Amino acid sequence: MLSIKNLHANINDKEILKGINLEIKAGEVHAIMGPNGSGKSTLSAVIAGKEEYEVTEGSVILNGEDLADFAPEERAHKGVFLSFQYPVEIPGVTVTNFIKTAINETRKGQGLKELPAKEMLKLIREKADLLEIDRKFLSRSLNEGFSGGEKKRNEIFQMAMLEPKLAILDETDSGLDIDALKVVANGVNKLKSKDNAVLVITHYQRLLDYIVPDFVHVLHNGRIVKSGGKELALELEEKGYDWLK
Amino acid sequence: MDLKEKLVSSFLAFENKGGLDLDSKVHSIRLNAIQNFENEGFPTKKDEEWKYTSLRPLLKHDFSLFPSNEKAIEFKKVKEYLINDIESYTLIFIDGVFSSYLSSTTHEDCDVCVLSSALTRPKYKMVVDNYFNTIAKNNNSLAELNTAFTKEGAFINIPKNTIVQKPIQILNFSTGNEKEVILQPRNLVIVGENSHVQIIERHQNLSKNTTLTNSVTEIFVHKRAIVDYYKIQNDTDNSSLIDSTFVSQKQQSVASVSTFSFGGNITRNNLEFYHEGEHITSNLNGISILNEKQHVDNHTLVNHKFPNCESHELYKGIYADKSVGVFNGKVIVQQEAQKTNAFQQNNNILIDDGATINAKPQLEIFADDVKCSHGCTIGQLDESALFYMQSRGIPKKEAKALLLFAFGNDVVEKIKIPQLKTRITKLIAKNLGVNLGFEL
Repeated sequence: MLSIKNLHANINDKEILKGINLEIKAGEVHAIMGPNGSGKSTLSAVIAGKEEYEVTEGSVILNGEDLADFAPEERAHKGVFLSFQYPVEIPGVTVTNFIKTAINETRKGQGLKELPAKEMLKLIREKADLLEIDRKFLSRSLNEGFSGGEKKRNEIFQMAMLEPKLAILDETDSGLDIDALKVVANGVNKLKSKDNAVLVITHYQRLLDYIVPDFVHVLHNGRIVKSGGKELALELEEKGYDWLK
Repeated sequence: MDLKEKLVSSFLAFENKGGLDLDSKVHSIRLNAIQNFENEGFPTKKDEEWKYTSLRPLLKHDFSLFPSNEKAIEFKKVKEYLINDIESYTLIFIDGVFSSYLSSTTHEDCDVCVLSSALTRPKYKMVVDNYFNTIAKNNNSLAELNTAFTKEGAFINIPKNTIVQKPIQILNFSTGNEKEVILQPRNLVIVGENSHVQIIERHQNLSKNTTLTNSVTEIFVHKRAIVDYYKIQNDTDNSSLIDSTFVSQKQQSVASVSTFSFGGNITRNNLEFYHEGEHITSNLNGISILNEKQHVDNHTLVNHKFPNCESHELYKGIYADKSVGVFNGKVIVQQEAQKTNAFQQNNNILIDDGATINAKPQLEIFADDVKCSHGCTIGQLDESALFYMQSRGIPKKEAKALLLFAFGNDVVEKIKIPQLKTRITKLIAKNLGVNLGFEL
């Protein structure tokens, strides 16, 4: 599904990613772990197409298509979803209106008709229930005054609505207490299928107790320095990152 | 002959032709006003209050001062400019002349009619004695000009203890009968004790010809009365508007004026609030969304003269292309006005490099136990918010529009007439060039 080849990326002429290689197949869950500043969030932003980052070498291929020439929204239409570490607050736009716009613009981008209002409402309710989201929450302004847990739950709610092929969860566990973490992880697990893939980016092993990865990669200084199975995460938890440098 | 000379020399003809009573008190008010205008003339950029807005390009036009006879207009031609999904009283003026055919007036529980009758009928003697031109005469030569040529406009007189159930819409149309025309509507609104009224005002050019409207509105708000006044400014790009609105408030009254500026060539809004009692609330709201070479100047004044009053001012601006915005918000807190709460906020977004905003908060505080604040911001769109929305599949153009929508939303939220709120939302969407498929 996703194939990253020798990916180099800069921001402000500073090289952050220094040759990343990664293969993710449909149905798989991958985790990328690493210390602060190793390039984890850069990798997720580059896949999603953030313009500030300049790809200097290599490629990101999704289902056989090079993403280089596509704007972030076009990547979203092709099935890329990035759950933000720090979701942006948009006062004046409700959660419901935002997701309606996102769904309909995505459908437009995919050459589909807009979803009828009734079906939209049904879908919103269904997915809100899945993530144990209160209905009242849906009429609040997007992320405005949300707690850390509410913001992350809202991210996964949007993911549930958009049904991406590749979901990237960037530090989704940060700011979550254990109960919120379980709800979020449970939501992700329910959305998992043989047709989609999940890339979990995290500093700590904690989230991986609930979203169990098939593969774990360690990112250090812009390169993947070690890959392994889920047991690698436990080893990192125990030993820290220093032994890999 | 320049425009000023032309106006001054036409004054006699105006009074004679108009069949106006030359023995009346109104006549002496007019006469006084034309003399003041003759002395002061049009303001220039040397005048501190007009530093950022030049009328010069407008004054070059060879305006007709008295548009020729009323052109018959069908309702369907003006319908779209009305909020027509709501029951309302309407006062419609075509080239400055009242159209009884298109309007819907009343004298039942209150007077919703025309100023010409209020100024001439003995029944309304108190209007001329107590109200007309009592607050509009402050050092504003354009208001003087309007007073000199006062002939027609809306007259809204709400007796005490009356809740006017239907909003009142005032619409001024110009038909383009003349190539270049100057219109001077004059409105007078009197709201009695404990009464409540909602008013929507709009100026609309139905042709491609040039129109300059010099409008004056006086609003008197008695004890505990509530007035919500909305101004929709979405005229064509060859229409300019100078609007002077004066509000006088008695104790415990609440007056709100909201100005939505989306169109027109040059628009100047002078909005002044005068307090005549304690525990008064004044609300001033505005959004300007401009592009091309549009120019909107919001000049506001709140004069706190009595203790325990408050004013809330919120103006937002979105400027694209080479458009220009001006915000000059003056708040005076006089020495007696202790315990005043005066808040002022002006937030602006410049979308293009060629756009300009001149923002000038002006607080003059002579009392020592007050809460006053002001804040001006000028910024660009938040790139990280744009990326966030794009990553959810929303294209950049729509994402920008959504952010701009959200930016102006707290002003739109203050609209108390749902149908008007829907209309304004649609106008904003249209102005931003998107169809978002929902109402915020």
